[in-house]
Amino acid sequence: MIIPTLPANDVTSSSLVFDIKRYAINDGPGIRVTIFFKGCPLSCIWCHNPESHSPTVQKMYSRDKCIGCEACVDACEQKACILTADGIVTNQELCVLCGKCAEVCPTKATEMSGEQLMVKDIMELISREKSLMDESGGGVTFSGGEPLMHPDLLIPLLEECGSRGIHRCVDTTGLANKELLLQVAAKAELFLFDLKMMNSEKHLNYTGVNNSNILNNLQMLANTDVDIIIRIPLIKDVNDDDQNMNETAEFIAALPGKRREVNLLPFHHAAAKKHKKLGQSYDPSVLGEPTQVRQLEIVDIFKQVGIQASIGG
Amino acid sequence: MVKLKSIKELNGHLETNQSPERPASAEGNFYHDRGLDAIGPGMNPRIQRLRKLSFKAEPSLSIERALHQTAFYREHSGKHSTPVFRALTFLDHCKKKTLYLGDDELIVGERGPFPKAVPTFPELTCHSVEDFHVLNTRHQQRYTISQADIDTYEKEVIPYWKGRTQRERIFNHVPETWRQAYEAGLFTEFMEQRAPGHTALDGKIYTKGMLDFKHDIQTHIDSLDFLNDPDAMDKFEQLKAMDISCDAVILFANRHADLAEEKALVESNEQRKDELHKIAQVCRRVPAHAPQSFWEALQMYWFVHLGTITELNGWDAMNPGHFDQHLTPFYEKEIAEGSLTREKAKELLCCSWIKVNNQTAPPKVGITAKESGTYNDFTNINIGGLTRDGHDGVSEVSYIMLEVIEDLHLLQPGTSVHISQKTPDEFLHSAAKVIRQGHGYPSVFNPETYIQEMVGMGKSLRDAREGGCSGCIEVGAFGKEAFLLTGYLNVPKILEVTLNNGVDPLTGKMAGIQTGDPESFDSYESLYGAFLKQLNYIVDQKIRVSNYIDTMFAKYAPAPFLSVLIDDCISKGKDYYNGGPRYNTNYIQCTGLATVTDSLSTIKTHVFEKHSLSMKELLNAVSKNFRGEEKLRQTIVNWTPFFGNDDDRADHIAVEVYGDLLKAIDGKPNTKGDVFHLNMLSTTCHIYFGKVLGATPNGRLAGKSISDGTSPSHGCDINGPSAVISSLTKLDHTRSGGTLLNQRFLPSLLKRDADIKKLGSLIRNYFKRGGHHIQFNVVDTATLRAAQKNPEDYKDLLVRMAGYSDYFNDMNADLQQEVIDRTENESF
Repeated sequence: MIIPTLPANDVTSSSLVFDIKRYAINDGPGIRVTIFFKGCPLSCIWCHNPESHSPTVQKMYSRDKCIGCEACVDACEQKACILTADGIVTNQELCVLCGKCAEVCPTKATEMSGEQLMVKDIMELISREKSLMDESGGGVTFSGGEPLMHPDLLIPLLEECGSRGIHRCVDTTGLANKELLLQVAAKAELFLFDLKMMNSEKHLNYTGVNNSNILNNLQMLANTDVDIIIRIPLIKDVNDDDQNMNETAEFIAALPGKRREVNLLPFHHAAAKKHKKLGQSYDPSVLGEPTQVRQLEIVDIFKQVGIQASIGG
Repeated sequence: MVKLKSIKELNGHLETNQSPERPASAEGNFYHDRGLDAIGPGMNPRIQRLRKLSFKAEPSLSIERALHQTAFYREHSGKHSTPVFRALTFLDHCKKKTLYLGDDELIVGERGPFPKAVPTFPELTCHSVEDFHVLNTRHQQRYTISQADIDTYEKEVIPYWKGRTQRERIFNHVPETWRQAYEAGLFTEFMEQRAPGHTALDGKIYTKGMLDFKHDIQTHIDSLDFLNDPDAMDKFEQLKAMDISCDAVILFANRHADLAEEKALVESNEQRKDELHKIAQVCRRVPAHAPQSFWEALQMYWFVHLGTITELNGWDAMNPGHFDQHLTPFYEKEIAEGSLTREKAKELLCCSWIKVNNQTAPPKVGITAKESGTYNDFTNINIGGLTRDGHDGVSEVSYIMLEVIEDLHLLQPGTSVHISQKTPDEFLHSAAKVIRQGHGYPSVFNPETYIQEMVGMGKSLRDAREGGCSGCIEVGAFGKEAFLLTGYLNVPKILEVTLNNGVDPLTGKMAGIQTGDPESFDSYESLYGAFLKQLNYIVDQKIRVSNYIDTMFAKYAPAPFLSVLIDDCISKGKDYYNGGPRYNTNYIQCTGLATVTDSLSTIKTHVFEKHSLSMKELLNAVSKNFRGEEKLRQTIVNWTPFFGNDDDRADHIAVEVYGDLLKAIDGKPNTKGDVFHLNMLSTTCHIYFGKVLGATPNGRLAGKSISDGTSPSHGCDINGPSAVISSLTKLDHTRSGGTLLNQRFLPSLLKRDADIKKLGSLIRNYFKRGGHHIQFNVVDTATLRAAQKNPEDYKDLLVRMAGYSDYFNDMNADLQQEVIDRTENESF
């Protein structure tokens, strides 16, 4: 990974963002703006943002919004859009992701996920929320995908926000270049650091990568001044077993620095529709949320090692 | 016969109230100690029984007042000056009216012979036999009446009033151009069925009794200069009428004292016997004298409230104003003395709350049930805010009131919390927790903004601070102002008429003026210019008749008792309807700002900027109600900047329209030496206005409701509440007499205490940036759908709509659908 040497005030540097949310109340303290960067080194099967995985623009299509008007069929110069009994089907071999189909779609049934946004565009939007951030003790959260995959946008944004006194929070998978991570840590107030599971082999199976770099990075980060909240997705029969939870709790308890806060995020099926829009298969029966009772038991496991874990963000 | 619910069902209902949806109640002491006789919410068995009685009582019609009025008019009409005659009819009714003093009651008095029995006001509008049959049998907002009463009314009341009612007087003299616009649904007229009201009290009745007012009146009578003041005789008659009306209310209270004593004589329960003696003692003291205790203060207000809503059927019933501030001195004094406990104070407040709930709104005549269907009579209690001297007005009484709201969750009274920069966060967060319960109350107001509004309209700073909202979101100087809502303006309909060169396309009749063939407009500006011409014409039609109606009320239906209560009616010797109050504002309420903004934005974007659509194509699609034009409609809905998304392209149009509404209305003279001002309230009128409106260029289909207040169009605010408040605060709220913002929240957004704080921040931020009012509808769609299917299981379900609360199941299907359709801010 290349560490950027761009001047901090280059407000025209840009990268791929797939969503920006205002009144985000679950991504750190206060009321926030959350910027979702596109592209992720992990591909967790439970991810509720499946469109965040690919670092390129993707086409998303909602059958239920489509009125079959064929505007996209007419607009496509590659003849990649075809109207079928199942709605619009895109011939991936012909599609060049030019986005013309999305531009003409009256219902926005077809949308392009991922837009190249510049620092100044994002700062303009952030400034609209500034007074609400100030009022609520909020700020900006950089999420994704993996924000650290986009240093050329992330770093200038962190610096711009810093110079305006805006609280900065980085929501990360933890898988990133060490030097970059330290550089970002110096420019942020808070990390939301995801910790999926302790068993490296399982981690590889479920997320596509093993967890050794992630764990190392968390230990390294814990040695810096930045605040860290550790976020753990709770997925039934995937990572909610006693062994994983005990190991996780012990690992966190052994981290250097102050006691860390833990957020437990029970799995939900919100991604089902997104998978469908991306044309991906999704089997909801594989994944589930631990029972309420189990969630409270897990809270207790953390309590036993002196860690305050709360359910929800 | 109403089938009584089994204990099991009732307990089921109680359990619902203790579910995680109502954590604050579970934390509090409201629900413990309930055995088999548990009957619903309430702090103790007395309040539970009173609440249940109030909740279960069927609204009915009482013909008693009409019979008294008619007999008195027959015998005495023409013998006195109008004000004195009106005061004497009031006195006559107070003498003869059937009293009600129910078991368990501590605060006494009803407008009708029993709870939720509503009198009629034939001198203003006389119900027909057909009206009664409709009211008696319709499915929603039903008012029961017996056939015997209908027969009596037909024989005794209806014949006398034929041609004599205020409504007939008005409608026989309106210009044809007004009638065309009115019938097209371009505006409504508030005063065609009910008297001007919209008032709230300051604190004077807590330091003065009716005998003190009579003394003031006499002083002013004594100082009348009959030689040099040509109006002295009119003033004398007016003051005499006020004096009689004070006697009427004292007499009414004394009759209650007599009744309480009679009941005490035969009461076997010693505790109740003592209570009845106490009631008698309180009713002998107030309203004749100033109250000396918390109990007396509440009973004082209640007799005054009943007096004003019996004298006439003024809009918004009556409002106590800053009730917590008025009661605080009594509370603090008695708590210090040890003559009152917090628990007792709360019980008395509960009794007062239930009394308000017992006063169902009087039903209209010529029932169409289209315009606004609700039992709510719009009494609104202001809590918190600032004092007259600019200090924080929150006290322990304010917190008790929040508990009462949460505890009783009744339809009435409406409540509002007033969050100034001086209001402690603790109070804001306590109020937000009540909002979280999803019963709709309280709505939230910004004193800093409404004080600026009032000062901008010429009120003194201190009078403005003492003001607040009455009814829905309209503001006025309490105890010193007649701030009359005169009717709603259907702003999107004005655009529709513009796009049809003055014709109402629904009827093909001329409704406005010719402002040019829309296809000939070569720019957005020329279209907008035509819209402005149409707007000014319609506003002038409206004002002309509003002023006429005001003079008719001054002449034929003065309100001497209300005049006693509002400064400076006594010192001026003038009636409330005739310029007696210190301030006399007329408001026109403009509805559908977002609908008209989004429609103009559509035309601007697609016809004049992108040129992707011709005016002809657009108007053709609109005229067909977008039939066969779904592709076009979807393009509009999804690809046009709409209001409420912090998109300057749309928001700047809203700002321009708002500015032009101000220009059209603000400063036009009324009949009382004061002027008209702009208001942005809609109540439920956006539903009626939608019904008389064809499809609109923003893709809204014919008949669907238009946007409410200054809220975004339903479902069009897709960037969350912070974007909504950003859009809203581009408007200068301080130049209106009130804006309205409804925000629907699902309970999941307000689960944790941290969420409550964030809601508090959202409110603070909106207010810091100049917002006037915000209210939250915290419900989930599944609940609402279930409520539509099984109304019996959801009788308690209150929802927040456009400035007031209603029970979901008392709303008509359109209102219900609107609540469901409104944007759900489930996740942003």
